[in-house]
Amino acid sequence: MNGQGERIVILGAASAIAEATARLWAARGARLVLVGRDATRLEAIAADLMTRGAAQVIAWRLDCATADARPQLDQIVEKLGGLDILLLAYGLLGDQAELEREPSAVTKLIQTNFTSAVAWCLAAAAILEKQRAGALLVIGSVAGDRGRRSNFIYGATKGGLARLVEGIAHKLAPLGARAVVIKAGFVDTPMTAGFTKKGLLWAGPEKVAATIVAAGEKGGPVVYAPWFWRPIMLIIRHLPTIIFNKLNI
Amino acid sequence: MAIGLRRSYGDSCLNSGGALIDMRGLDRFIAFDAESGILRAEAGVSFSEILRLVAPKGWFPPTTPGTRFVTLGGALANDVHGKNHHGAGSIGRHVRAFGLLRSDRGRLTVTPQNDPALFASTVGGLGLTGVIEWVELQLVKIGGAYLDVETVPYDSLDAFWSLAEESVQRFEHTVAWIDCTSRGAKRGRGIFSRANWIADGVYDIHDDRTWKRIPLEAPGFALNRLTVGAFNNVYHRLNSAKAGTSRQHYAAFFYPLDAMLDWNRLYGRRGMLQYQCVIPRGNERDAIGALLDVITASGQASFLAVLKTFGDLPSPGLLSFSRAGATLALDFPYRGEVTLNLMAQLDAIVSEAGGALYPAKDGRMTRELFRRSFPRWEQVVRDAALSSDFWRRVAE
Repeated sequence: MNGQGERIVILGAASAIAEATARLWAARGARLVLVGRDATRLEAIAADLMTRGAAQVIAWRLDCATADARPQLDQIVEKLGGLDILLLAYGLLGDQAELEREPSAVTKLIQTNFTSAVAWCLAAAAILEKQRAGALLVIGSVAGDRGRRSNFIYGATKGGLARLVEGIAHKLAPLGARAVVIKAGFVDTPMTAGFTKKGLLWAGPEKVAATIVAAGEKGGPVVYAPWFWRPIMLIIRHLPTIIFNKLNI
Repeated sequence: MAIGLRRSYGDSCLNSGGALIDMRGLDRFIAFDAESGILRAEAGVSFSEILRLVAPKGWFPPTTPGTRFVTLGGALANDVHGKNHHGAGSIGRHVRAFGLLRSDRGRLTVTPQNDPALFASTVGGLGLTGVIEWVELQLVKIGGAYLDVETVPYDSLDAFWSLAEESVQRFEHTVAWIDCTSRGAKRGRGIFSRANWIADGVYDIHDDRTWKRIPLEAPGFALNRLTVGAFNNVYHRLNSAKAGTSRQHYAAFFYPLDAMLDWNRLYGRRGMLQYQCVIPRGNERDAIGALLDVITASGQASFLAVLKTFGDLPSPGLLSFSRAGATLALDFPYRGEVTLNLMAQLDAIVSEAGGALYPAKDGRMTRELFRRSFPRWEQVVRDAALSSDFWRRVAE
């Protein structure tokens, strides 16, 4: 597939990883709908993607975390005349200490990262099922693979989401459609602005974007980005509790 | 102070005690018209990214510095020049408009017509006149991604001047590498390189991936008089053997050092100082000869020395570096006092000849030399909220 005219919907299109991914799709001549909250930023991104070669870009102002997913997605897909790829890229990182103190912050995190995301995934799955083609791509996190003291509430939402996507992938597989969760490691984006970004484990959003584009073509249901997180998380998942409990991660 | 890819060698993008704004986040294209070659993009877009977009469509920046890892905003703020200066002038001549965010006047669109003073202040203005948010640039048409490059070894400084004179008529791009370790009759010997675009319709783009990277800092003694002398000898011989014409990709011709990431680490922990001056037309032969004499006499070797003649096209900025004459760029491993003393001696020659030093490359010029280099410096319409170590050092 060369990607020309591919119909792609991006939820949370102003996120750094989504934007880097959209640039790769745009260069192949895709048709894109950018869904996000900030109209000005969406317009700037749309102009950039058109310049890079997108066949069409529509900025769709919407708060994904609170929107009514099903009718909204139906409307978007009707406009595109079908759906080849849906990328779910929005999410909150949250601050673990604040989340442990503040129940309302937890509710918001779960609503954003999980509850609303489930609705969008199910809405997309229904469309892909009917089409018997297309791919649902969901950005997950290595934090969802094993609960760790540093970020287990965020991790729980991403872990739950991964289970959902696995299930959707299982359901779609016989029909010829796909669902993939892309588990990202440390990515240098505005979301992680508060971290010290040194070391071999940090990747730029472009690197994750290339993995996402590849996942749009084949593979799944679980992809790590960059790839080296797969062996790392394999080890972390299987560490005996007695050792794991001594790690401050 | 807004900063981009931090390829300035000195302190023009440092701001001790203040804040820096990383502009790389503003890296979107705004519009590109493949018919007219007019590109508008946010200031944090790099030349590398621009080339990927425009080169396959037959367009190229009107002029380019020796690295593609500079941002559009940085190129404007330093009014950069390239190997085609004799035909194209500095990049500011090709800027149609830019967006400037000022602390006193808000968001402005500046063109050479609507605010000549602010335009002339910002082109080459080292980021001191406001935050450059976007730039609209007129690109030039190319018939392919390759150049026909002629390599001409030459034996003396006199030979350089005649080659340069003869070449600017027939070649769009000229530059010379010069061996600063050669003395006597061979003083100023080097390799002259001149090129024109090939219009064969082959538009291969460059690749930013490279396996070549200097993994760690070399020991401080790695680049000394002997090794640099030996390098210069070998380089001269190798290139003399390659004399003649060859077909080179734009990345190989314009950006040879970009193929090796972190090359500055070769200079070790103490790093290097760059010295780039321009000597105005009429004085360049004597002054460049005198500079080379002082360098060879000092025994301090410059690893990479580049000599190029500038054409007559005036640069539009109040603090623009390029002007009719010749420019000499030298890299010196930093050895403390010894290096600074040598540079002070070079300053005297440059100053005497009415020349200037390049702020983008400088970390040490005196206030006096800055003011002599840029006599209109006080006319710059600065934004009071912005400052840099460089500016505080030379102007305040």
